[in-house]
Amino acid sequence: MNSIILQGATRLLVALILLFSVYMLLRGHNQPGGGFIAGLIAAAAFILYALAWGMAAARASLRVAPARLAAAGALLAAAAGSLAALAGLPPFTGLWLFIGGSETAKGIPISNVLLFDTGIYLAVVGSVLTLFFVLEED
Amino acid sequence: MGWLLALPFLLPIASGLLAFAARRNTGLARGISLLGCGLLLLVTAWIFASVSRQGPLVAQMGNWPAPFGITLVVDRLSAIMLLVTGLVGLAVGVFALADIDRRRERLGFQGFFQLLLAGVCGSFVTGDLFNLYVWFEVMLIASFALLVLGGERQQVDGGIKYVALNLVSTLLMLTAIGLVYGLTGTLNLADLHLAIAAQGESVAVNALAVLLIGAFGIKAALFPLFFWLPASYHVPPVAVTAVFAGLLTKVGVYALIRTFTLVFPADLEFAHNLLLVAALLTMLTGVLGAAAQYEFRRILAFHIISQIGFLVLGLALFTPLALAGAVFYMIHNIVAKTNLLLISGTVRRMAGSFELAQIGGVYRASPLMATLFFIAAFSLAGFPPLSGFWAKLLLVTASLEEASYWVAAVLLVTGALTLFSMSKIWAEAFWKEHPGGGALALAALGRPEQWQRVVPSLLLVLVTVAMGIYPEPLITFARDTADELLNPAGYIDAVLSQSPD
Repeated sequence: MNSIILQGATRLLVALILLFSVYMLLRGHNQPGGGFIAGLIAAAAFILYALAWGMAAARASLRVAPARLAAAGALLAAAAGSLAALAGLPPFTGLWLFIGGSETAKGIPISNVLLFDTGIYLAVVGSVLTLFFVLEED
Repeated sequence: MGWLLALPFLLPIASGLLAFAARRNTGLARGISLLGCGLLLLVTAWIFASVSRQGPLVAQMGNWPAPFGITLVVDRLSAIMLLVTGLVGLAVGVFALADIDRRRERLGFQGFFQLLLAGVCGSFVTGDLFNLYVWFEVMLIASFALLVLGGERQQVDGGIKYVALNLVSTLLMLTAIGLVYGLTGTLNLADLHLAIAAQGESVAVNALAVLLIGAFGIKAALFPLFFWLPASYHVPPVAVTAVFAGLLTKVGVYALIRTFTLVFPADLEFAHNLLLVAALLTMLTGVLGAAAQYEFRRILAFHIISQIGFLVLGLALFTPLALAGAVFYMIHNIVAKTNLLLISGTVRRMAGSFELAQIGGVYRASPLMATLFFIAAFSLAGFPPLSGFWAKLLLVTASLEEASYWVAAVLLVTGALTLFSMSKIWAEAFWKEHPGGGALALAALGRPEQWQRVVPSLLLVLVTVAMGIYPEPLITFARDTADELLNPAGYIDAVLSQSPD
């Protein structure tokens, strides 16, 4: 599609959508959101980019092959779940680290749950884009 | 403890992902996949040893106590199914080295194969109905990928039929799970036992039982829901058919046994009668379908259906002896059936086709392959002293004890017809002269291929023979398994009493 309006709007929108997907990823632990839905949103950004600028440009902007991204994401999620082994806990137990936490303030909570969600995020982006590129290029 | 029970699915997932990432380097991907299969067999053997020593093992994922988190439970039934999955996984993994072409390996065969094993093992270890559904999905995705991998026309044709009918099953299962949750507020299998027992014999419970028979019946290829199986099992490479035949339908049967012994009360008259009728018709249609076929793999595919009938029959009779027979039959059947398909692949390589009319002379070309086929086939048909004989003996005795003479008659007729099909293959493929110039000798295949084809078959035949001439340990184990299934109190205590670490 060669529309200057779409192309102009896409420049703005893609950045916003990607930012929103990260926001969804981070808020997902306690509120609606999470790795799966954030991954879908991020994939939508790349799909929009592909519609405006073409498949080749979208592939180039992703930098890595989407199938590889999916495999890396799944491995990351598995590794995050396996971290519990180091603490001697059952698989997929949540481990929490509160940076700067004190008696009164919670600090910044960092956990392997977030790492797991990030893995899911990458796996979803990778697999959705793999499907989309294959279907669109055939 | 948690880690040991999670390993049967974590290991194949990890090796599958690594093998998929390395798929362009076929040597490396093969190494990872084989290592994964070897480790899986070791882990399942370890689990089997601990369970047979100390009873059900339980682990709570994420340290959430049951019934709130996802529970993994391995009792005797799960343990022996895991062990035989490890065995079949390794045998098919080695055979696939010779059978799967380079192109399919570059497309990621090894990765999907491992993912399939993860789905099968996951279904056997989970103690949660929704989690079981998730593992079924993992299996469905992996098996669909394996079916169509390579993209030949007939593969896509078979794959579409396979996935369409299996999606119906998935939908039924999901509906049933939704209703179960609405009715009881729990999906943990052990907790469900208590919640369903509190419901008493209600319409809702009977409806749920029938919905689940539909869902698992499609997966298990039960009459009249088996049409997807003969439509799809002859299209992929033989190694894929072998692992499907060995494991996939059996997971459906496992799910039936698990839900009808653990979740539903033992006096569910209507559902048991339904299972009994379906089982008998499955046995007969499968074996009659096979008698009408003249293609090696299609005959075996129809026999898968017929043998599913035997397994479900053991469940439907619902006596300790019948359930023990079903367990013994399941183990015997997985080993013998996988092996027969592996052998069919080697015969095709030697004689050039699956069509019985176009092949022959394999006995002359390789007495070794002929012997391996003979043992596996006559074990399947139930000849003493091979493993199939004991399996059928247990089931026939169980039906005679219940005074169900016509059930015993159907069992024996099906056995005779199985023998007919096996003799047909023997006469056509092995005994008669090859119609066009003779079969290749095994030695002509080259050393590595010869090893990769013969060693898995030899290993599985040894298991069959061992189960045949020394059946006592397995029969004892099957009887213990049946007792455990019929008295689920131990299972439920183990799940619900365990506090998080």
